[in-house]
Amino acid sequence: MAPETLVDNGLLRFITCGSVDDGKSTLIGRLLYDSKAILADALDALAVSSRKRGLEEVDLSLLTDGLSAEREQGITIDVAYRYFSTGTRKYILADAPGHEQYTRNMVTGASTADVAIVLIDARKGVLPQTRRHMTLAQVMGLRHVVVTINKMDLVGYDEATFQRIRAEVEPLAAKLGIPDIQYIPLSALKGDMVVERGGQLGWYTGPTLMAYLEAVNLGSQDLQAPFRFPVQLVCRPRTGELLDYRGYQGRIESGSVAPGDAVSILPSGVRTRVKRVEFFGRDLDRAIVGQSVTLHLEDEVDVSRGDLITGSAGAPVPARDLNATLCWFSERPLDPMSRLVLRHGTREVRAKVTEILGRLDLQALESVPAQELRMNDIATVSLRLQQPIAADPHDWVRSGGNFILIDEATNATVAAGLVLAQESY
Amino acid sequence: MTMPQTLTHLEALESEAIHILREVAGQCSNPALLFSGGKDSLVLLRLAEKAFRPGRFPFPLVHIDTGHNYPEVLAFRDRRAAELGERLIVRTLDESIAKGRIVLRNPNESRNRHQSVTLLDTQEEFKFDCLIGGARRDEEKARAKERIFSFRDEFGQWDPKNQRPELWNLYNARIHPGEHLRAFPISNWTELDVWQYIEEEGLELPSIYFAHEREVVVLSGGALLPVTDLTPVPTGAVSVRKMVRFRTVGDISCTAPVLSGARTVADIVKETATTEITERGATRLDDQTSEASMEQRKKEGYF
Repeated sequence: MAPETLVDNGLLRFITCGSVDDGKSTLIGRLLYDSKAILADALDALAVSSRKRGLEEVDLSLLTDGLSAEREQGITIDVAYRYFSTGTRKYILADAPGHEQYTRNMVTGASTADVAIVLIDARKGVLPQTRRHMTLAQVMGLRHVVVTINKMDLVGYDEATFQRIRAEVEPLAAKLGIPDIQYIPLSALKGDMVVERGGQLGWYTGPTLMAYLEAVNLGSQDLQAPFRFPVQLVCRPRTGELLDYRGYQGRIESGSVAPGDAVSILPSGVRTRVKRVEFFGRDLDRAIVGQSVTLHLEDEVDVSRGDLITGSAGAPVPARDLNATLCWFSERPLDPMSRLVLRHGTREVRAKVTEILGRLDLQALESVPAQELRMNDIATVSLRLQQPIAADPHDWVRSGGNFILIDEATNATVAAGLVLAQESY
Repeated sequence: MTMPQTLTHLEALESEAIHILREVAGQCSNPALLFSGGKDSLVLLRLAEKAFRPGRFPFPLVHIDTGHNYPEVLAFRDRRAAELGERLIVRTLDESIAKGRIVLRNPNESRNRHQSVTLLDTQEEFKFDCLIGGARRDEEKARAKERIFSFRDEFGQWDPKNQRPELWNLYNARIHPGEHLRAFPISNWTELDVWQYIEEEGLELPSIYFAHEREVVVLSGGALLPVTDLTPVPTGAVSVRKMVRFRTVGDISCTAPVLSGARTVADIVKETATTEITERGATRLDDQTSEASMEQRKKEGYF
């Protein structure tokens, strides 16, 4: 990777879904190794660890275990983040482990991901966990899913095996409505179709996993979506020539903004226009999703942290009642008496779960009646809020429909939530 | 002007870090930013400027001085804080040693590990509820699972099993009295990202980051021991003069330079992009004793 070729094609975040048995750690190791990100001394340390456990070859999966407790147990217990760069794109990989706490780990990793890689062992085909991974990817609103059929070396690189598994997954993907899905046969162990094509899968004409990741189109949907800007801070220096300076600082979570745009302040509903879009003393013609900027408004209106500045067209209606999908994180089941705080953007309001409408059965892929919410449950619920929030259905404006629930007594983050559209009530 | 469709990777990382700094300011009542004069904390200062100007920083800068720092780095630290017009608080390990809070087993031992005591005492003195630091997840395996908002209990301890899940960009900075947070705005940056950002922003750095001739001892593993008053030539060893630079700057007793001819940031970016040795492996003399040593120190309150 010569610096001359460090062309910047953005930042891609992805998640790998699968268990150790599927060869997930080996696949991650292979991605890092073949993209030359496993640097020399990391490899040396790895060789020592592998020998310590009596392994003869360097075990690529050892690269992805982080903490000593889990190294001793031989399992991964949390989401770990890995970094590599191909020279044209930087990658952040969220590695979520596959045991019983899997759901909350995968939901956490998927929350920031653009792409999910679902691993299937070619010898075993579609397993219950495959359905679970695909479903969670869909629940979390991921637009790109790569189904990698791994361990092709153990089935003689047989095309019929690949096609049979693909035919099993396709109806599931169609049922879930995943917009972009790619199937790739590979051997993480031998390195075929991960970064290099290898010599054994000549019948496959699609991209390697790395070629696919390099080509994924980032963010155009979030850019076309309506403008959303949760206000983090109000900047009022009140000194010298800045006596009248009043800037609203935050990050554009959806869409774009330019001077002159009509905006609404929510939940108050006050309308005004954008006067300036400022970044570090410079005025911008336009700023897009992902950018942290400072907005100046035409009128002196009352805006503070917790407010949401939105495009006036298609602004969400502030509401105190909403239906949502919840993923319950806490080891303690939902207690109807507990005092919860809902955080949406920069706004925090008291909240109550008034009804559990149904729990998602991750095997049957259907909603079943439920009386309580336990750790790793995914459920549809009704929430009642003390103050209104201006939320979007998450399948319309991805970032505008996300929230977390915090237990006021423990301060723990107990659930992740996705606001549902009216019609799915 | 055509509208940009996506951000470059540095723009995305910068914007995320600014958002995190503003969340610290919005959610915490008395934060502080740890500033050593090192490259990662210099990046943090530029990010803080971009997050808060034309206002002042909503936090002071804090440096825990081990007493074993390179003088040019300390001079640079003071100058940079003065240029920004921001408040700099310095607390030293020597004060902690004088008060008996730290007991050294031998006078020249590495003070790196003892920093935790002075850091936690300083936190207590000023009642800081959040310390902002420049740690990155790519530095070491134990950091790969570190949260952006990392929770510490009332003893300043990090419990890897008791961290809060972080979803989207919704950070939960709520704490009970006595507990505190560490916030890491550049968690998702790599060493190469840091150098590319320094180059793009034209940030000034202490001189020891650039190639210079220095008296060193080549240790058996290939690491270079800089010869200083604290780290004299070991008995039986021979010192040589080499062109070196520091990739990371910290306590003299545990920071080693690497061979390099890089005189500019662009040279360093080139070296970093093609390097074969990770940052801590090459330059920290203390982390190699045990694979899990970072995790152990973090549990004790280390940054």
